[in-house]
Amino acid sequence: MTSELVDFTLVSVALLGIGIYGLAVKRNFIRMLFAVEIIINAANLNIVAFGRFLPHSGGQTMALFSIAIAAAEVAVGLSLIIVAYRMYQNVDIADFRSLKG
Amino acid sequence: MADAAFLALTVITIGSAIAALELRSLIYGSIALMGTLGGIAGFFFLLDAPFVALFQLAVYVGSIAVLILFTVMLVKRELIFNKIEDKRRKFAGIGLMLVIMVSLGAVFLDSGIKTITTDEPATDFRDIGTDFVTYYWPALILMGLILAGSVTGALVLAKREDVENDQRAS
Repeated sequence: MTSELVDFTLVSVALLGIGIYGLAVKRNFIRMLFAVEIIINAANLNIVAFGRFLPHSGGQTMALFSIAIAAAEVAVGLSLIIVAYRMYQNVDIADFRSLKG
Repeated sequence: MADAAFLALTVITIGSAIAALELRSLIYGSIALMGTLGGIAGFFFLLDAPFVALFQLAVYVGSIAVLILFTVMLVKRELIFNKIEDKRRKFAGIGLMLVIMVSLGAVFLDSGIKTITTDEPATDFRDIGTDFVTYYWPALILMGLILAGSVTGALVLAKREDVENDQRAS
């Protein structure tokens, strides 16, 4: 293996930055879900990279748990999108104002 | 130093992450998101974690991306292409992204992890299986319950309650 830990960490930082940009700028619910997915994947990459270089099998185990929980999160998020779309006929989060005080 | 495969994967992953957020059509965006997820799976292969890489391909590229694609198809056509964006907000977001990248990157480059290298053999996937059924078995059961609960919750949320009314109306 020729790549070092810091290379993987920098890729992960770049993905985190892109994800936070998406969360901050985009107003489309589905795009924000994309951004969350990108951030989760950056975290998974970090976990596996550190687990490889320690080295310890716990990193890969935790990454598997994280992927499974992210799958559950996406299922709930997508069903929330469908419900919100049915209620407001839109996916723009600025229109979802029912809970706004 | 990074090798060619690493650089190619970096370009694919980061490029398609930007494309996923910036492409005008949400359908192309979700296909670009598949590219990001596949690129991360490639990184897992480089990190000698083939089991996690295949899990990533099966769960993320195989099911989550397809699920997102189907949800996008349920949304009205004009909303898929609709792009409401404030220019000032966009520049602020780009600034925030650069601040995060530069500051965290500087911290990582300055820290001791630059010197960390390893010559040890990669973790055998049998160790992961042993971990799962010995040390982590309560967490595994809890994860199964959470997955079942979330999928049931998602189905209940997305269920149409006004089907009969709709049929009467049409």
